Amino acid sequence: MLAYLFRRLFAAAVMLVVIILVVFCIFFLVPRWAGVDPATMFVGKQADPQAIEDVRQKLGLADPILVQVWEFFKGLFAGRTYAAGGDVTECAAPCFGYSFRNEQAIWPVLTDRFPVTLALALGAAVLWLLFGVAAGVLSALKRGSLWDRGAMVVALGGVSLPIYFTGLLSLAIFSYGLGWLDAQYVPLEESFGGWLGGMILPWITLAFLYAAMYARITRATMLEIMGEDYIRTARAKGLREPVVIGKHAMRSTMTPILTMLGMDLGALIGGAILTETTFSLPGLGAAVLKAISDKDLPVILGVTLITSLAVIVANLVVDILYAVIDPRVRLA
Amino acid sequence: MTAPLHEPTAEAAPSAAEEAVLAGSAEGKAVQGRSLGRIAWERLKRDKLALTGGIVVLVLIAIALLAPVITNLVGQDPETHHEDLIDPLFSTPKGSLGGISADHPFGVEPVNGRDVFARIVYGARISLLVGFLSALVAVVLGTVLGVLAGYFGGWLDAVISRVMDGLLAFPQLLFIIALVSVMPNEMLGLTGTGVRIFVMILVIGFFGWPYVGRVVRGQTLSLREREYVEAARSLGAGRLYILFKELLPNLVAPIIVYTTMMIPTNILTEAALSFLGVGVKPPTASWGQMLSSAIDYYDSDPMYMVIPGLAIFITVLAFNLFGDGVRDALDPKGSR
Repeated sequence: MLAYLFRRLFAAAVMLVVIILVVFCIFFLVPRWAGVDPATMFVGKQADPQAIEDVRQKLGLADPILVQVWEFFKGLFAGRTYAAGGDVTECAAPCFGYSFRNEQAIWPVLTDRFPVTLALALGAAVLWLLFGVAAGVLSALKRGSLWDRGAMVVALGGVSLPIYFTGLLSLAIFSYGLGWLDAQYVPLEESFGGWLGGMILPWITLAFLYAAMYARITRATMLEIMGEDYIRTARAKGLREPVVIGKHAMRSTMTPILTMLGMDLGALIGGAILTETTFSLPGLGAAVLKAISDKDLPVILGVTLITSLAVIVANLVVDILYAVIDPRVRLA
Repeated sequence: MTAPLHEPTAEAAPSAAEEAVLAGSAEGKAVQGRSLGRIAWERLKRDKLALTGGIVVLVLIAIALLAPVITNLVGQDPETHHEDLIDPLFSTPKGSLGGISADHPFGVEPVNGRDVFARIVYGARISLLVGFLSALVAVVLGTVLGVLAGYFGGWLDAVISRVMDGLLAFPQLLFIIALVSVMPNEMLGLTGTGVRIFVMILVIGFFGWPYVGRVVRGQTLSLREREYVEAARSLGAGRLYILFKELLPNLVAPIIVYTTMMIPTNILTEAALSFLGVGVKPPTASWGQMLSSAIDYYDSDPMYMVIPGLAIFITVLAFNLFGDGVRDALDPKGSR
């Protein structure tokens, strides 16, 4: 188990370095290849040549690429200083960039907004895992065609409906039409009930997309596993049915589900951005949206970086859970 | 771009013929003159849902191509303002259901009163153009890199496979937003909407290739060990001959399946980008951007949100139904 853990940690560290390099390339090299001066993008909306020159110097955009990469990494782990002439700007570690538009470090903005996105993503994941897996197990055990057909229709609808359309529809129906839920986001510190009320629709909207898909996978896996020899053995030695299903069958069913969960995390963050925009939740997605209209590139950089890091961490957690559930993985 | 999607199925015929013959002789039945492509086409013809999807797709392609003709028939165009139809107090359309009338079959937009029908018709152009061309980019990249990885193996395979894993695991939408926002407003002689569409096609295609690449790599890995490839090699066939004449024809079926499944995803991504404001910008009409402006009117003018939403839903559903049908027809063993 320890060796497995170290292998996963090492792989995650390598991935971390690679992803930082990729983000660096997207924001500093790709524009250059496409014929844009990165300085003009990082400066924000102002087109004053002096400001552009300042940003060029502060970011060291005239330095050799390797020096820029080094500064980028150094900023993340040790902080960096942006200096142009007598004008010095400090950006403490972890320096996720600096908005030259409103003279603000990006990291506090990210830490401010990350919890909202995390709550949205986690809540939705819990919902779809609960309902998706439960529905899948149920339809596998009661192999009625009605369940099966129902799940298939819903799954097809789920993947064909854009999340921002279902979100708006649910707002129009449940919030405006029926008045059941308030569409307003309330911070958790202010009122737990208000926060919960504001999050229910976003959670359900985001979870709907995935729940049907997971139900189908669960059903297929469960059906396959119920035909295995060890299930027959478990029954033959007199175990009660709930134990056979709950302890023996579920354990094997969960492994492909976890693999899928690990793969869907990146997509989940994309879905969270769209959901936040639809429901006006003040999360990372809303920050990106505002940055797009403000042409505030450092914010987009920061959000891209932090969500990638979140995906690496989440995948590490999934890998570890995987080993806990399936002992074969540890030995492989 | 405009070729009907079921045509490639027929093209797959000669390549996969030998497999069908093999399967047939194993069962001891004569399958003379019935290639796998033909069998697939006959299976597809029986699949009512897939056929419906295919017909809707064809209609949508026709709408996109004939957009100016159709809007002329109705006597509207997507960019003329009709401020006289807007309630000055709420800036929503006068009349019920978002101003639906004989002149404006889908109503008009809030604030400026542009005709929704004409904008939906023109929006189909953007959705389909980006959907098809970005799938093409993804398929070309995925096929080339997948075949290279699968056929040559070794370090090349290791590098390509890791890159594919990485691209699949990370928040694609965010990376696409990042890439689209660092791209210039003018390049290769294109400006404004043209450059945005071009960049979207490139970027969505770039993030889509691993889906194709993974499948093509796996298929190539198993195909290169088959007897007929060995036979070709022992007869002195060169690498390129084996790649193009022996392997590629047998990869056509999975490639077609993944292309048809990728188009709806790409249409959704385009709509999402335009929804977020990094895609096509007004006054050019796109479905995603219409939904994004509908956010402010979901309570006062719900029809403005329902119509582009349904347009996206119907389009994506039609492609999905058709894609599922093509998959089942080409790969009878594949489970749903």
